[in-house]
Amino acid sequence: MISWLKNNRFLISRRISQIGILLLFYVSVHFDWKVGGVEILEGNLSSSTFLGIIPLADPFAALQILFTGHSLFTETLLGAGIILVFYALVGGRSFCSWVCPMNIVTDSSLKLRNWLKIPSAIQISRRVRYYILALALILSALTGVAAFEWISPISMLQRELIFGMKLGWVAAAMIFLFDLFGQRGGWCGHLCPLGAFYSIPGKMSLIRIQFNQDPCTKCGDCHRICPEPQVLNLRRIGEESMVSSGNCTNCGRCVTVCPEDCFQFSFRTKK
Amino acid sequence: MAKTSSRRDFFIRVGQVSTASIVGGALWGHVLVESKANAFALRPPGALPEKDFLATCIKCGQCVDACPYETLSLTKVGEDGEIGVPHFTAREIPCYMCEDVPCARSCPTGALDREIEINDSRMGLAVLIDQEACIAFQGLRCEVCYRQCPLIDKALTINYRPQERTGKHAFFEPVVHSDVCTGCGMCEQVCILEESAIRILPHKLAQGKLGSNYRLGWKEKTKISNFKDSSPEKTKEERQQESNEMLNNALDSLNDMGTLYD
Repeated sequence: MISWLKNNRFLISRRISQIGILLLFYVSVHFDWKVGGVEILEGNLSSSTFLGIIPLADPFAALQILFTGHSLFTETLLGAGIILVFYALVGGRSFCSWVCPMNIVTDSSLKLRNWLKIPSAIQISRRVRYYILALALILSALTGVAAFEWISPISMLQRELIFGMKLGWVAAAMIFLFDLFGQRGGWCGHLCPLGAFYSIPGKMSLIRIQFNQDPCTKCGDCHRICPEPQVLNLRRIGEESMVSSGNCTNCGRCVTVCPEDCFQFSFRTKK
Repeated sequence: MAKTSSRRDFFIRVGQVSTASIVGGALWGHVLVESKANAFALRPPGALPEKDFLATCIKCGQCVDACPYETLSLTKVGEDGEIGVPHFTAREIPCYMCEDVPCARSCPTGALDREIEINDSRMGLAVLIDQEACIAFQGLRCEVCYRQCPLIDKALTINYRPQERTGKHAFFEPVVHSDVCTGCGMCEQVCILEESAIRILPHKLAQGKLGSNYRLGWKEKTKISNFKDSSPEKTKEERQQESNEMLNNALDSLNDMGTLYD
């Protein structure tokens, strides 16, 4: 039991973080739950007010709105800036594994496909998400509406989880099936432009996975469990002593899976 | 040889990526442009014109959270209209016109005007859409919408008309005034019929517009400026004097010509 907890400590913390954040939004909307007279988190992942005063906003959504040619209040820009700086410090794609509710869907899909040993039916390049990111901005400018926000399955899922469910689960189900029968890590690792967006500030992240080359036996366990295995190029991370790619989601799977304990969370070290 | 082949590969790659982008972009753009709009959707008070509202709303739901009456909701997947933006259904829960307009004040992006005074908001316009069903037009006394109107006697008035059938009663017909009505929907919510006879419609659906070439004479205070000496304040005597002067001037000029009688 203790060893199970230890081996799954990051998974458990991530689920607590993901569900906890949604829950804070949920109790604000449905029960007006307040601490010291203020609601802790009001709104949803697109934009919110933290502790009744601090604005937070999805920087990618704000960027799309700016591309439609509309201006935004300083408050929203400030909120987007706060989020951007936060993720630049803790790792851009920490959003993906610690906050995004779609992560729970895709992780379960991955678990099931590994168990059933389903082979990938299609091959989409990991670069496609960056094309989709660029396309989202271009289409926002051309059509005058925030292009990805209009169709984002992530927004639909989190919005309906917080404000009440109707057919938002269909978006999640589609992603689940796509990841299950289409391609391993198909949505998060290949298509999602939000993840692609967060990978950009993630490049300068302070919190990084540190890699100790010496005990490594090159068994490949980390590679097999990593949702973005291309970031674990053993030669490159050996030279840099850390996982430097912006696409590392700081999920901590490699830390717990490695039999030689080569990986650990640490702050970026100067090399 | 290897070089030409890699250049060839490069151009093929460029072709593939641009084709995929154009096809994908066209499909995606089509979804955005043709996404099922709900022409009847009512927005929270202070909402920008629909196109700007849809572009700037970040779909965070803070207005929904702020509304004390649970009037607002974000359009869900499978409901009519643009997914994720706030709207309300007047017949279910109307806008109760809070004086501090907490929904608009909470908007982080400016999709709702934070400075809006609730009586200046224009969420829609009440329209007595079915006179045949409205019992006031049957000669029965109702007035419920009128009594419920938060801007009673300004946005909604009663037009009294003799009732010929009995010869001793009156019709009490509700009349909406578009210059005051905020479209809060309390009238629609409270209408006693099974289906409300008075409904809130977005202005685009509810209102006609007179061409700018029309001049309503009885409303024009200033006359068309081409006419000389046309200030309307002149009294009848002044005008008489003016015309006498003009006549004398004309006779004088005829006399001055001289040669006329030679």
